[in-house]
Amino acid sequence: MERKKPFEDIHIINLAWSGVGNFIVKWFAQYGAMTIRVESANRSDPMRSAQPYAPTYTPGEPPGLERAFYYSQGHPFREYGLALDFNKPKAIELFKKLVTWADVVVETFAPGRMEKWGLAYEDLKKIKPDIIMLSSSGYGQTGPISKLAAFGFQLSAVSGMYEIAGWPDRPSMPVGSFYTDVLSPMAGAVALAVALDYRRRTGKGQHIDHCHTEAAINFIAPLILDYAANQRLLKTNGNKLPYAAPHGVYPCKGDDRWVAIAVFTDEEWDSFCRVIGSPDWTRDSRFATLGDRVKNSDELDTLVNEWTVQFTAEQVMERMQAAGVAAGLVADGKDLSEDPQLDHYGYFQERDHPYIGRHRHYHPSAFTMSEAAAEVTAPVLLGEHTEYVATEILGLSDEEFVQLIQEGVFE
Amino acid sequence: MLSCYRVLDLTDDKGYFCGKTLGDLGADVIKVEPPGGDPGRKRGPFYHDIPDPEKSLYWFAFNTSKRGITLDIEKAEGRQLFKELVKTADVVLESFSPGYMDKLGLGYPALREVNEGVIMTAITPFGQEGPYKDFKGPDIVASALGGTLYTVGDPDRPPLTATYPHAYTICSMHAVVGTLIALFHRSVIGRGQYIDASAQIALHFTGSAEIEGSWEFHGITQQRHGRKRFAIRIKDDKNAFTPILWSCKDGNIGLNIQLGPSGEKGNTALVEWMKSEGHDIGRLGQWGFKTMDWSVLESQEESDEIHDVLQSFFLKFTKEELFKKSAEIGLKMGISLTPKDMMTFPQLVDRGFFTEVDYPELGTTLTHPGSPTRFSDGAHGIKRRAPLIGEHNIEVYQELGLPVEELAVLKERGVI
Repeated sequence: MERKKPFEDIHIINLAWSGVGNFIVKWFAQYGAMTIRVESANRSDPMRSAQPYAPTYTPGEPPGLERAFYYSQGHPFREYGLALDFNKPKAIELFKKLVTWADVVVETFAPGRMEKWGLAYEDLKKIKPDIIMLSSSGYGQTGPISKLAAFGFQLSAVSGMYEIAGWPDRPSMPVGSFYTDVLSPMAGAVALAVALDYRRRTGKGQHIDHCHTEAAINFIAPLILDYAANQRLLKTNGNKLPYAAPHGVYPCKGDDRWVAIAVFTDEEWDSFCRVIGSPDWTRDSRFATLGDRVKNSDELDTLVNEWTVQFTAEQVMERMQAAGVAAGLVADGKDLSEDPQLDHYGYFQERDHPYIGRHRHYHPSAFTMSEAAAEVTAPVLLGEHTEYVATEILGLSDEEFVQLIQEGVFE
Repeated sequence: MLSCYRVLDLTDDKGYFCGKTLGDLGADVIKVEPPGGDPGRKRGPFYHDIPDPEKSLYWFAFNTSKRGITLDIEKAEGRQLFKELVKTADVVLESFSPGYMDKLGLGYPALREVNEGVIMTAITPFGQEGPYKDFKGPDIVASALGGTLYTVGDPDRPPLTATYPHAYTICSMHAVVGTLIALFHRSVIGRGQYIDASAQIALHFTGSAEIEGSWEFHGITQQRHGRKRFAIRIKDDKNAFTPILWSCKDGNIGLNIQLGPSGEKGNTALVEWMKSEGHDIGRLGQWGFKTMDWSVLESQEESDEIHDVLQSFFLKFTKEELFKKSAEIGLKMGISLTPKDMMTFPQLVDRGFFTEVDYPELGTTLTHPGSPTRFSDGAHGIKRRAPLIGEHNIEVYQELGLPVEELAVLKERGVI
């Protein structure tokens, strides 16, 4: 018997641009929701023009659009593509009709934009009383700078994420480039799943205000409390931790090859010493207790460097882990693509793409479910299913459809 | 919003955030700690720097809205009691090493036997299966194998991890997504299921957009360039890197200079502003921002020269001055906030983001981050501070029908 998927009977309209909104929709689409992606050729998702592009384009064609990696990477899920130009009143009318079909509308426009089109939550609610609308934005739907344009680059700064890494003698270091884009989608997906379950039980829809900045700040809650309770701000300290030593990233054989090692307990320290052949210095009083090791961690790191550099990162990782010491090679893009653990989980899945060719897509879920599998597909093309959606779902006659094409509604 | 559900939370500091999220959304989350308290209570920082299991700020931060009981699931009586609790639960969260719960006879098959509807979510460094499943994976190691570590830091130093370890908070949030999908799925198929969450994959998702694109399409491994994380395409299709984070008088600002029509207005206004301040704009004076792209640059050094002009300008101002002016002139800039700055940041204040949580035992309130999402219908937000050790033992075990006398016996035997 065919298992029913989690969101099999759920219909989603996806108006999201860029990363976050689509990362949210991805979970629902991959676990069964029928999703229609509405966009316009006149103003397409900026991710469609962001480099890198697949090296498959022929001169004269737009290099991005269907070949941009970020778009492809962000949309490995089944969607129906509908092109609609919202500058045309008839497009708005068609969209409203589509809302009667939908359970969920996801949008990431600047706050106020949907309202200008007459598509605010209150408007949609009149058309479909139990509609769930998720509005996802950098600063949230309200407040003095809610309409200020911002991408993950800027929001990562605002959410404090650019102050948590760095060497003690240098300015702080970004831990990611558009970090909020990958930190905040989970809270959005959680909210949407909760709202769907709530509607199932109560019959009520609602409007969700998903704020990337606020979602990201939740990850640093202990730092907020440390300031609230102790008026302390984090001092960046390289790769060190106050309760582990050695704790760091050490050079290995090869060009720019590294291994991360973390030793917390005395037991782990003993194992670590055995793995490196118990040289005399390991019995030095400078390293006798965890407190000593932390205190003298600079000297300790130098000694560890001298040992790790004789081996490959893989060798250090295997030997340490076999002895119960935490160690991991510092994986680059190539290592990840060959990682046996990711491979075990079927993380990389190849799919055909009409413009890019066969290439690997990336499973978005950091979890597997025993009763449901995430369906990974190549991303939808702009307006790929406009005719199907217009005639089969919106019920337009062929004549009406052709007429609206001529009026430029489906652009 | 989730008040009809009960969650049993067996996690250590790898998974606290998962239960907190469900608790803040209304679920009855019962944190199950070993007698004496959860080992994660030893994790600092501490309230007023007093190392005390009832004063861990890490514990406070990620255990809000939970009730707390103690229970030794390694003892036979404890296991029996746990199974009684599972009969009343919708979700069980755990973050032990793979196989530990099975060894205790509390693995998913055993729990499903007592409650077919239960959803079990496991949070581990690498997942329950595969060649790394028994690897130890503290934050820095999970970040290394998840790919986020390699790209961070200066080229002349080792890859750099965050001073504030947060890999497992990311994994925890993915685990909540899986748990809620399973909860919804239960209403469709009528039974629960097992969720296997991996920190390595969560981190791979976190970094993959940058790392995998250049590898998959061009066979290039993304390397570390310090603050210059934004790749631009210069002459002859070569790559150069531009900063996304800049120093100013009193801290940092986030900004990546984008050429082309979308950046034109802001870039032009920025150059005008620099001129009006008498700042030497060097080559920027000859730039036409609308039509120009980075291919006019021949090398990384040329790119650095341009960006050094900007950097020296930003050093003349405070981050607030730069942020305010940028908003006025349409330049996409982010102000880099510390927790201190956040508490008075007008946008967050206006939205009432921060929540004061009462700590009667400490005779104070503490400021917590508020909800990451707001709902127009349905209660959400922090209900109460994190539980004390065994705070709700009597309450929870009495709900289960255990007489008070029996509780005393169990306590004596070290079960609770």
